[in-house]
Amino acid sequence: MAYQFQFGSVFAGFDQLLWGAWLTVVLSAVGIVLGLCVGIAGGWGRAMGPRWLRWTIAAYVEVIRNTPFLVQLFLIFFGLPGLGIKMSAGTAALLTLTINTGAYCTEIVRAGIEAVPRGQVEAGRALGLSRFHVFRFLMLFPALRTVYPALASQFTLMMLATSVVSQISAEELTFAANFMQSRTFRSFEIYAVVTLMYLALALAFRGFFRGVHWLLFERGR
Amino acid sequence: MIREFGAGEILYLVTAMQWTVMLSAIAFAGGGLLGLVLTILRMAPWRPGHWLVTGYVQLFQGTPLLMQLFIFYFGFGIFGWDVPAIVAASTALILYAAAFLTDIWRGCIQAIPAGQWEAARALGLRFLPQAWLVILPQAVRIAIPPTVGFLVQLVKNTSLASIVGYVELTRAGQVINNATFQPFSVFLVVAALYFALCFPLSLLSQRLERRLRTGGAPMHAIP
Repeated sequence: MAYQFQFGSVFAGFDQLLWGAWLTVVLSAVGIVLGLCVGIAGGWGRAMGPRWLRWTIAAYVEVIRNTPFLVQLFLIFFGLPGLGIKMSAGTAALLTLTINTGAYCTEIVRAGIEAVPRGQVEAGRALGLSRFHVFRFLMLFPALRTVYPALASQFTLMMLATSVVSQISAEELTFAANFMQSRTFRSFEIYAVVTLMYLALALAFRGFFRGVHWLLFERGR
Repeated sequence: MIREFGAGEILYLVTAMQWTVMLSAIAFAGGGLLGLVLTILRMAPWRPGHWLVTGYVQLFQGTPLLMQLFIFYFGFGIFGWDVPAIVAASTALILYAAAFLTDIWRGCIQAIPAGQWEAARALGLRFLPQAWLVILPQAVRIAIPPTVGFLVQLVKNTSLASIVGYVELTRAGQVINNATFQPFSVFLVVAALYFALCFPLSLLSQRLERRLRTGGAPMHAIP
């Protein structure tokens, strides 16, 4: 093997990579919050909505879960301008992330709501709670507690999947790596370092979600 | 000259599905075999094997598939091997699938009561016959629905192979789009073709799960 590893150029531009990692965190965080909102709204629709709404939400979830994220991204970023809807790469990335994560969250929240015992909901109605309060306190909160681990691992996987948005030149960690690669041609070294940065991010996300779990469900018990 | 997006172009996309199916099959078969070896190694009464497999799974589940593809795509070049994109893509996808399948199957094996292991040991079986003859046949039953579910993720994730230049459905869509400049129609058709591949598998997974009444399978959803 005659190849000489040269990590010098990678670390010379390390601040660019750190900036990219920060953008990945921001993109993921906003995507998680918006995706969870869509998921809760979708879970509400599946549980409480009229029949046509339940079918529409089910179709949305199946269409998104059975097509690749990359193709969804291309459809929104390259396809929508043809219909007169133009947006920047960053907006398109965030929109696709929200739509995609929203579908997975809807499915997870729905599974959690289905696991809530019927008697609990009926007891709430018998006590005269409004439909909103029954949903909020007797369906959504217990459901979120049940499915918390599934949501947390979904969010970590989503953070890793944001690397794909570099393909429509939305700026984040992989985009920073590609940019540096095109300048220095130290492809292997750059991607090895960036892979380890993603690993660190994934571990940090996992630790963060464990901390949130402790704050919400375990503290003072 | 700009081409029309007509029947010929759609036919080209339909034909390109075979490369997506082929890459998925390679990744699933290879990943399944490696995953089986890793699953057995993890169960074995040998601590370093357990740590090795756990580390492997953490590494591949904690990094993006796109980075894994890049590492192998550029990594082979370092050794002076000029390999075609399909080799780099297959290698990355096999290792990726093995990590996720090992993790899914771990849960299925843990669902088998410990008494089964003890009974097998009481019959005088050694570790491999215990695993192969007693535990795995029972675990396979529970493992089928989430494994089919993961196959859907795998088919979708082969789309990333287009980024390292392997021509499959997504790449074919880009090629057609560059000739016709009708991205909305082109990628809508591409998405529909992926849906046609994945949705039957999703339905199958759900139906098997209901029939086996195994309850909630471990969720391994990759956008």
